[in-house]
This record gives sequence, C-alpha cells and structure tokens, in this order.
Amino acid sequence: MQQNPSSDSIVSLRDVQKSFGSLRVLDGVSFAVERGEVLALIGRSGSGKSTALRCIDRFEKVDGGEIVVCGHRVDRPDVDLRALRQDVGIVFQSYNLFPHLTIEQNITLAPCAVKGLANSQAKDLARKVLAQVGLEEKLHAYPEQLSGGQQQRAAIARSLAMQPKVMLFDEVTSALDPELTAEVLKVIEQLAADGMTMVMVTHEMGFAKGIADRIVFMHRGKVHETGPASILTSPTTPELTQFVGTGNLKS
Amino acid sequence: MGGHLNINHLMFLGQGALWTIGLSVIALIGGGIVGFVIALARISPLKSVRIASAVYVQLIQGTPLLVILFLGYFGLAAIGLKVSPLAAAGASLTLYVAAYLGEIWRGCIQSVPKPQWEAAEGLALSRTQRMLKVILPQAIRIATPPTVGFMVQIVKNTSLASVVGFVELMRSGQIVNNSLFEPFAIYAIIAVIYFAMCYPLSLFSQRLERRMGRGRSNLAPA
Repeated sequence: MQQNPSSDSIVSLRDVQKSFGSLRVLDGVSFAVERGEVLALIGRSGSGKSTALRCIDRFEKVDGGEIVVCGHRVDRPDVDLRALRQDVGIVFQSYNLFPHLTIEQNITLAPCAVKGLANSQAKDLARKVLAQVGLEEKLHAYPEQLSGGQQQRAAIARSLAMQPKVMLFDEVTSALDPELTAEVLKVIEQLAADGMTMVMVTHEMGFAKGIADRIVFMHRGKVHETGPASILTSPTTPELTQFVGTGNLKS
Repeated sequence: MGGHLNINHLMFLGQGALWTIGLSVIALIGGGIVGFVIALARISPLKSVRIASAVYVQLIQGTPLLVILFLGYFGLAAIGLKVSPLAAAGASLTLYVAAYLGEIWRGCIQSVPKPQWEAAEGLALSRTQRMLKVILPQAIRIATPPTVGFMVQIVKNTSLASVVGFVELMRSGQIVNNSLFEPFAIYAIIAVIYFAMCYPLSLFSQRLERRMGRGRSNLAPA
C-alpha cells in the first residue's frame, strides 16, 4: 500500500514517528512527492495530516524516521533550516501576513533580507508574483484592507517570491467562505498547471480530486490508503469509504 | 530660621523638580536599555540565559526600591566604592526600572501571535531578522501604552532617592520645611508639582490605549 520513497523525490518521508506527550500523532508515515507532482493529504481532524505537513518544513521535530526535502535531511538536528526554508514555501490557514507592512513590503522582505536582492529588483518581483495571483492593484494596501481570500492570495504570492522548489499548503481555504475559497483554489490550480510541486492538506475533496496527482489518506497517524485521485470515488478501505461517504466529497 | 515662603523657596523647589525630571530620564534611558536586554534574555533560546534573567527580575521585583537605593549608596561605600548620590540613585533606579520594563516588554514581544513567528521562519528569515523586521515593530505598538504608564511610576519613585541625600523634589521640600516648619503647605505644593508631572503622562497613556483599541484589528489577522 505504501510507496517507497525514491531518491530523486523532492520530498520523501520514511517511517516517520512523532508524539505529543503520550499521544502518538505520526506512527510510521511514509510517502514521497516527485518533481511537478501535486499530493493531497486528507483525513479526519486529528489524523496527523497537518503534523505530517509541518514536519516537512520542520515546524515540528520528528522522533524517528527519515525526512528528505530537496536534499536536506530534515530529521537530522544539524539541518540548515534557512537553506531548507528557501527551498520550501509554506502557506497557512490563517494567512499570517505581517500586519505592519504593505503587501509589497510583505513580499519583498524575505527576498531582500535572505537572498540579498536589490530593492528595485524585489519590487519588480513583487509586481510579478502579485500578477500571478491577480492582485496587482493591491501592491500598496495593508493586509487589513484586504478580504480573506485576497490576503490568502497575497500570502501565496509572498511565498512564490522566494521561488521555492516545493509549496506546502496547510488547510489554506478552511477560514474562507465558498466564494473566497474558489478564488484561492483557482490560484493554486494555475500553480499546478505551471508545474509547481505541491503538498496540500485540504478538506476540499472535490478540489483534491480535480487537482491532485496522488491522494494520501491518513487515519490515526498512519497512511491508511494512497493512490491516484480515483481512490476518492472507489476507495478500497472501509475507513476511506466512510470518510468520503460522510458528505466530504463535494462535487 | 522661620520666616515665610518666598520666591527663593519656590525657586529651590523648582530646581528640585528639574532634578526629579533629570533622574526620571536617567532611570528611563538606563532602565530602558538594560530592560531591552532583559526582555530579549527572558526569551533567549539558551536556557541558562533565560534562568539568569528570570532570577534577576525576581530578585529586583522582590526587593523594595528603598532597600536597593540604600544598598547602592551605603552598601557600595561600605566596600570602599565612594559614589555620588546622583550616581547611586541613577544606578539603583536603572536596575529597578530594567526589571519591570524587561518583564513588560517580554510580555509584549510574546503577545505577538505565534503564527507571525512561523510565517517569518517559513520565509527563511534569521532569528535576528524575524525579531527586527517582524516581531519588534508589532511589539512596540503593544508596548507603548504600558510603558508610558510605567513612566508615571518612575517619576513618583524617584522621590525615594531623597534618602541617599540626592536633592530632587522631595528632598528639596524637606530642606525648605526644615527652615520654615510649614509641612502641610510645603508638602501640598510638592504633591501638586508631582501631580503636574504625572498627570500629562497618565493622559497620554490613556490616549495611546484608546488609539490602540481602535487599531486592534490591524495588529493580527484572526
């Protein structure tokens, strides 16, 4: 059932273990993401999918197993975090734009501070990534002046400006109403079409089915079922059958 | 001896009031600089630094300022270090203010929502860059009202420096009273002068707090 991570994967997890106190959140999780692939992590709340995603960018330290991301050994204590995070972009459920900076400053901050880009170059870059998410006119707005959907698109643009090799999306539409969700999903679809490697935790089953090359269904800290998007319509395990059958599959 | 309150007495009190302001400024600047270091030390990734700074804060907060002033003046003299009243009072108040401002500012830094740290980390910013460009600008906005409020405490607490012979407002009042024996009138004047120095600060603090309340929404997204 579980796929062996191959060496040329962008992201690979092998037998990853993680506990919070006595609670075992990840219990031998393995999966891999190839270049240009879109992987959707699905499962009930508490199944460990968000924790698995956060382990990839080392927002959580693992207790055991191996994680390799763009050649970085993330499970090792001596991993170069700043190098890892230049290769990995992450977008959060709560957008987390910096409220004291304009959208342009939000975007140019890291390219200037981390990559040493000149201010004028960074500004050109900001315009480019904002055009990608359809927000060119919001260059000089502050985050509070934007709708939730616009804030999330700006957060995606901010990540894109670092030109990551893989993007992580952690329930990025969970705080949005259906209309705003649609505008954010459209941006992610475009990224997928452009060949961006992505790992996303999502509750949007219809979206996962439409965009994901592969689905990983997590259940009680384990990868319970994995396969192409078609497993959502013809699941083989009773747990996934129940999960997609309980109204999670939006058409 | 005796006589009536005249312009010279008032001039003397005015001079004392200037020293009260001077000592407050010294305490605020010295305490602000040391307090900033304390605030950063309290959230240091190094456990030993966190513990050392916490012990410092607990020691100072658990000791009356009067005792700290006595230790600074007579204590140092006892071990052979002769310090002027101004230096003793300035140093003691600096240590005292640093402990309180350090704690206030630590709280403000930590009240910047954790996802802000994570977003900055996810963009590969170094710890210093995260602090300077993302966290501190937000923390300063949160910290301004309580800091201005604490300045009122500093101004009033400088009156204790009179015990080490530093002639600020309180001490100059005592001196004037020693020649006039009109304690009620003189201490009433002193109370009014302290109030005149503190009330504008209180008003300013309240106004900042109200403005903060209005701008709350742009502090942190959900």
